[in-house]
Amino acid sequence: MSQKTIENVDEVTIRFAGDSGDGMQLTGTQFTNTTAILGNDLSTLPDYPAEIRAPAGTLFGVSGFQIHFGSTEIHTPGDHCDVLVAMNPAALKVNLSSLILGGSIIVNTDGFNDRNLKLAGYAQNPLKDGSLEKYTVHEVDISKLTALALQDLNISSKFVDRSKNFFALGMMYWMYGRPLETTIEWLKVKFKNKPDILEANTRVLKAGWNFSETTEIFSVRYDVAPAKLTPGRYRNITGNQAVAWGFMAAAKKASMQLFLGSYPITPASDILHELSLYKSHGVKTFQAEDEIAGITSAIGASFGGALGITTTSGPGVALKTEAIGLAVMVELPLVICNVQRGGPSTGLPTKTEQADLLQALYGRNGEAPVPVIAASTPSDCFDATFEACRIALKYMTPVLLLTDGYLANGSEPWLIPDFDKMPDISPKFVTNPEGFMPYARDEATLSRPWAIPGTPGLEHRIGGLEKQNITGNVNYEPDNHDLMIHLRAEKIQRIANDIPLAKVDGEPQGELLVVGWGGTYGAIRTAVERQQKKGNSVSHLHLRYLNPLPKNLGEILSKFKQILVPEINLGQLVKVLRSEFLVPAKGFNRVRGLPFRSVELEKVIEETLKGIK
Amino acid sequence: MSTLVEEIMKGTNEIPVPKYTAKDFSSDQDVRWCPGCGDYSILAQTQRVMPDLGIPKNKMVFVSGIGCSSRFPYYMETYGFHSIHGRATAVASGLKIARPDLSVWVVTGDGDGMSIGGNHFIHLMRRNLDLQVLLFNNQIYGLTKGQYSPTSEMGKVTKSTPYGSVDYPFNPAALALGASATFVARTLDRDPKHMQGIIKRAAEHKGTSFVEIYQNCNVFNDGAFFPFTEKETKDDNVVFIEHGKPLLFGKEKDKGIKLNGFSPEVVSLKDGKNSVNDLLVHNEKDTTLSFILADMTYKPHLPRPVGIFLAIDRPVYEAEMERQIAFAQEKRGIGDFKKLLNSGETWVVQ
Repeated sequence: MSQKTIENVDEVTIRFAGDSGDGMQLTGTQFTNTTAILGNDLSTLPDYPAEIRAPAGTLFGVSGFQIHFGSTEIHTPGDHCDVLVAMNPAALKVNLSSLILGGSIIVNTDGFNDRNLKLAGYAQNPLKDGSLEKYTVHEVDISKLTALALQDLNISSKFVDRSKNFFALGMMYWMYGRPLETTIEWLKVKFKNKPDILEANTRVLKAGWNFSETTEIFSVRYDVAPAKLTPGRYRNITGNQAVAWGFMAAAKKASMQLFLGSYPITPASDILHELSLYKSHGVKTFQAEDEIAGITSAIGASFGGALGITTTSGPGVALKTEAIGLAVMVELPLVICNVQRGGPSTGLPTKTEQADLLQALYGRNGEAPVPVIAASTPSDCFDATFEACRIALKYMTPVLLLTDGYLANGSEPWLIPDFDKMPDISPKFVTNPEGFMPYARDEATLSRPWAIPGTPGLEHRIGGLEKQNITGNVNYEPDNHDLMIHLRAEKIQRIANDIPLAKVDGEPQGELLVVGWGGTYGAIRTAVERQQKKGNSVSHLHLRYLNPLPKNLGEILSKFKQILVPEINLGQLVKVLRSEFLVPAKGFNRVRGLPFRSVELEKVIEETLKGIK
Repeated sequence: MSTLVEEIMKGTNEIPVPKYTAKDFSSDQDVRWCPGCGDYSILAQTQRVMPDLGIPKNKMVFVSGIGCSSRFPYYMETYGFHSIHGRATAVASGLKIARPDLSVWVVTGDGDGMSIGGNHFIHLMRRNLDLQVLLFNNQIYGLTKGQYSPTSEMGKVTKSTPYGSVDYPFNPAALALGASATFVARTLDRDPKHMQGIIKRAAEHKGTSFVEIYQNCNVFNDGAFFPFTEKETKDDNVVFIEHGKPLLFGKEKDKGIKLNGFSPEVVSLKDGKNSVNDLLVHNEKDTTLSFILADMTYKPHLPRPVGIFLAIDRPVYEAEMERQIAFAQEKRGIGDFKKLLNSGETWVVQ
């Protein structure tokens, strides 16, 4: 056995890349779970094409999975990767620009045949023409080694080819000192009834590990110590799973039945999948015939006293718009979760974007105010979802919950909350028929009473036509309409009394405040912290509540000379801030379907500061 | 946990169903349909049938979309939801899945149910939730003041078709059958007795009951169904189909329907060539026959079939869902969210 040096590093970013059929998402997820259990902090970014099995070897068919992990706090999936695992030339070509200079490339040499080189647009083999000399290239014939590991098993060549990702995974486990057990245990469960596949994958995984240990190809392995996280029990969680669990937690804490009406749409479908698993929890999921039936069935369920929710992405919200207006009018609780993706129209279904904020705030006919809440990290999706339900139930209103493709598929370690300490959010159903008026309002919240079908003596009718104040009867009188418009707006505004004040990370006044919302949290926080360490006067404010806005927001904004609002859109929050507070806020806008890199934010922060000085 | 919803669903506090009269189902709202509208009759027959169903009115919900017919829930002293255009079927589906204990009724029209709500309509039929759909078919858009509808006949001259409609109309009964409905019926606004019987059967059916009601819009499409509803013409133009009975019609019951291959044809019982024994006998359990009968609609040489085309049993969606939940709970125990949070791969940071 050769002597290997062990180097300690604080943080590493690895990117697995290959054909969309190469199992890169699975490889990345396995690496993530093992890494999480080892106690590193981490953040991940799956990046895959919209096509399920795009033609092999093509540039547009490349699927990638990036994981950034370390012994320090990790807020982003990493601006650049330190290690790139490329299963073919296309994967190399697409991802090389994200590799740091001097970074490591591990290539499957078998993938670098003439056909694949041509498909990737390489005139010459980059492994041979010296174009990669700024990097450390490790050439491994992964396909052949995988086949050798399996040669005495009676397994089809197609399957052999498909399991080569486990060889790559085994190599990376060796390189970063990760144990194989988590993945082997996972394989045992997954292929419980297919012992030959279990055996094959386990063998290939071990072969990758042993190959790295034995051969001279890698001289260094790395040790990444566990991160100093808040003590407690953790699990790894994606944003979509956190949304699903947030809904379940809210339903339990509200003592209500959970009803999801949803239509499959990328990147939100995993919430539907996840909730469909929990029949034993009494969760009812209804895969509707379309987006409209998704939301209207949820409204029907809410009318019946369930916690009605619907999950979708931007194009789906467009279709649900009229029904959101109905929920505003009938004042029933409902949560609409929009996992934002690249738009307009079908746009970039598998990529992230933040361009649905104005749609959430204003995208309805008539004056139809709706609370809007945005999650900031994958695990924060749990809390944001719970909060959306709390507000919906307390204020009898639809609530728009915004996440995005990055949060949805990205994952991070999550300190499991103490469920007993979460608040009870049970609604108070009316049962006493005496003096019941469907649109009489609570003095403090302006919320209307909730009487559910089945309650004797409370038979009443609701609907989308304008209601007479208090009685709820259909009413077309001009002054009543004006009053109801104001009451509905005032009800939503009063939620500002019931949400936390906005908090600034850093000094409460100074040269520059960077204001963000949603999934850009990690990138902004990383950039601002680095700038603060450099001694620059920069603070960060991240908004969870987009409607109503926190009561102290105007005051905070007034304490800074300049306000910068980075968004993955053409400037939506910045518009709101400028119009609400008449502040000269400026936007930083890139709409590439990818999260911001903290280095690009640092650059714009520095440029903005220079502009002031 | 014992919540109000659960208590109601279990019926723990249920009292014996009061002896209702039709008046108990009349709300305090002024009925605002045009004088002479066929909707009045449908409302009256529905209110008349309700006391016979043995269901407390607090357990009844009428859900509607948009259109003249969709004002219906406001006039019923039950729970009601006047939703948005075309979506009553979807709202009702969510309600029924969440609350299988309720008696849910959808009230819709030919525009609301067949046009903007066509998609939800067909999916409701195939899912077979246990609810009732009353479709008021007046072959016109009334609330928007007189445009042709998806059931208007070809050539129909309306405000939006000054040169006559070139759309071929839907046959709602056939559409429902094509979408695998388990109960499909047709009745007439001007035949109160028949309508009461059909509504009652619809309420009793386990599964989605679809009832098409020919309804006269005396303002924008007056007399569209007169051949089928008026004393002078009715007998010769309508064949009432009844389970187990031969298809007889005519003032003197001297005509009948006989099958020639799969094609129905009118035969006389007077010319000595055919007797009652040669006539087609209706079987409401026969899906093939139901298609043949529904297909008689719009055929000028055949009488219009009215009655129950099909009434068959098939698993009910929400009952199947409840069964899955019960199965999962029996197999895995009732879900414990706290346990779930801590299940699978977790680790402790000291």
